[in-house]
Amino acid sequence: MATTAVSEKDDAGQEQQPPARPRRRSGWWLPYALLAPAILFELVIHVIPMITGVWMSTRQLTKFFISNWTAAPAVGLRNFQVALDFDSAVGKALLQSFLVTCAFTLLVVVVSWTFGMAAAVVLQRSFRGRSGLRTMFLVPYALPVYAGVLTWNFMLQRDTGAVNHILVDNLGLLDDRPFWLIGSNAFWSVVVVAIWRMWPFAFLMLMAGLQSVPQDVYEASAVDGAHAWRQWRSITLPMLRPVNVVLVLVMFLWVFNDFNTPYVLFGTGQPASGDLISFHIYNATFLTWNFGLGAAMSVLLLLFLLLVTGIYLLIVNRESRRA
Amino acid sequence: MHDTTGFKVFRVITVTVLAVFTLVPLYVMVGSSLKPLGDVRGAFTWWPTNLTVQPFIDMWSTVPLARYFLNSLIVSTAATIASVAIAIFAAYAVSRHRFKGRGVFTTTVLSTQMFPGVLFLLPLFVIFVNFTQTFGVQLIGTRLGLIITYLTFSLPFAIWMLAGYFDGIPRELDEAARVDGCSHIGALLRVVLPAARPGVIAVSIYAFMTAWGEVLFASVLTNDANRTLSIGLREYSTQINVYWNQVMAASLVVSVPVVIGFLLLQKQFVAGLTSGSVK
Repeated sequence: MATTAVSEKDDAGQEQQPPARPRRRSGWWLPYALLAPAILFELVIHVIPMITGVWMSTRQLTKFFISNWTAAPAVGLRNFQVALDFDSAVGKALLQSFLVTCAFTLLVVVVSWTFGMAAAVVLQRSFRGRSGLRTMFLVPYALPVYAGVLTWNFMLQRDTGAVNHILVDNLGLLDDRPFWLIGSNAFWSVVVVAIWRMWPFAFLMLMAGLQSVPQDVYEASAVDGAHAWRQWRSITLPMLRPVNVVLVLVMFLWVFNDFNTPYVLFGTGQPASGDLISFHIYNATFLTWNFGLGAAMSVLLLLFLLLVTGIYLLIVNRESRRA
Repeated sequence: MHDTTGFKVFRVITVTVLAVFTLVPLYVMVGSSLKPLGDVRGAFTWWPTNLTVQPFIDMWSTVPLARYFLNSLIVSTAATIASVAIAIFAAYAVSRHRFKGRGVFTTTVLSTQMFPGVLFLLPLFVIFVNFTQTFGVQLIGTRLGLIITYLTFSLPFAIWMLAGYFDGIPRELDEAARVDGCSHIGALLRVVLPAARPGVIAVSIYAFMTAWGEVLFASVLTNDANRTLSIGLREYSTQINVYWNQVMAASLVVSVPVVIGFLLLQKQFVAGLTSGSVK
């Protein structure tokens, strides 16, 4: 039976019919019919808007043309020139936002990965309370974004928040109560909140990856005298490579595009130090209703992400070929 | 095998630091939701001295929370049902058939998940505005617009995870069903689907969580008529006095269903993640 199944699958595109049961033989179109609804919705919500976005970026699509968009005048690459003119206010703000986002992404990805790895390793072997801890660590990831970030917003209030209460009243680390949601501290606020939400995902993925590492490898290396750190370096890390390759890329893309954290944390206030790129493009577009310029910025963001992803995959593939 | 002392110390430190980091905000949420308004307006205190459940009662009248809750419930449920149904058929095709364009499909669908939301948001908004003008079907400010948008957000991961589950179900089962007279679809619905039930439930929870927590598109596709919780909760803080105790109470209430669902199904999630990433 199994062999029939395989050969039939391979010939799915051909008209060859097994004589035994001609009526049950599916047509070549069946998989496409099964995929049709998924393709339709992906086209309508993702692919077509993406192509439209590229087209919009070459138009002067301001509020006067929103409801009659095809009439928006073509301006070539002018929107891109405006966005990339770093001497002008618009370009300077975009560059600043881009640099803030780079620093934010680096910090959040590195710390989240480290936390996730540490937790996955210490929870790898069973001890009392392990499953309770695992469940607890996953709660911030399961929480709806706005619920978690609103709580942080409350905690970061200057006079009534828990953070200043801990730092000033409980630990006595600071004399003055700093503002956390405006000024330069806003950067650290958004970093901490993003790590709080992101690290459980790294933990979840690495924990799943560790389940496929056989226990006897550790036992054998322990007999050879390898200690925990050495075991992690020589066994755990290499075995987790396939998971890490995917995890780091996914985290980079999610964190770089993070809109929810700054949006819920800062609300209508938009501190320059916490002005992440998605949040920046959103505000730049919906404050001025200049959709052409916003689309141009989005296209630039996409090009940057594609470039980084491409380089990353190139390096990763070359290394795995060498290994 | 015994853990060394060094490892045990590392374990205690790691677990303590991460537990404090994780729990403090959760504690603040629960603790503050049980304080009267006067107490959350003053300096923060760890122990609620005047315990009250009043915020859980008042939160329904400060903003139309019940309406937002209902909107979120309808939108998320509809988006989940549609997304899972579509994903089941697509995942079956990906798992059981080898066809031209299979690689292109899986790559494209997965990569749409990775692109920045603003990239789709701006054109989608303009498309929806023009669609409404041309065909008279309201998509901005209606639940329908949100439902069709949200269903696509969970679709890629749902297809990926379900395809992984279907791969784990022996093809002999489908074949046996087909010999017994089932069509392809019949084999999927009567044999494969029941066997993949844990996966379908896990994917449904994921799809629901995605729609329930969405912020970016809700911020431009909703208005007073169809506002969902993600944007509605912010209204407490736009008042002159922020009702932080009610914000925390409302945050707690809207979180409990999805958090419980996720934690109950974390094993299926982990299984789904590993089965998918092996491919």
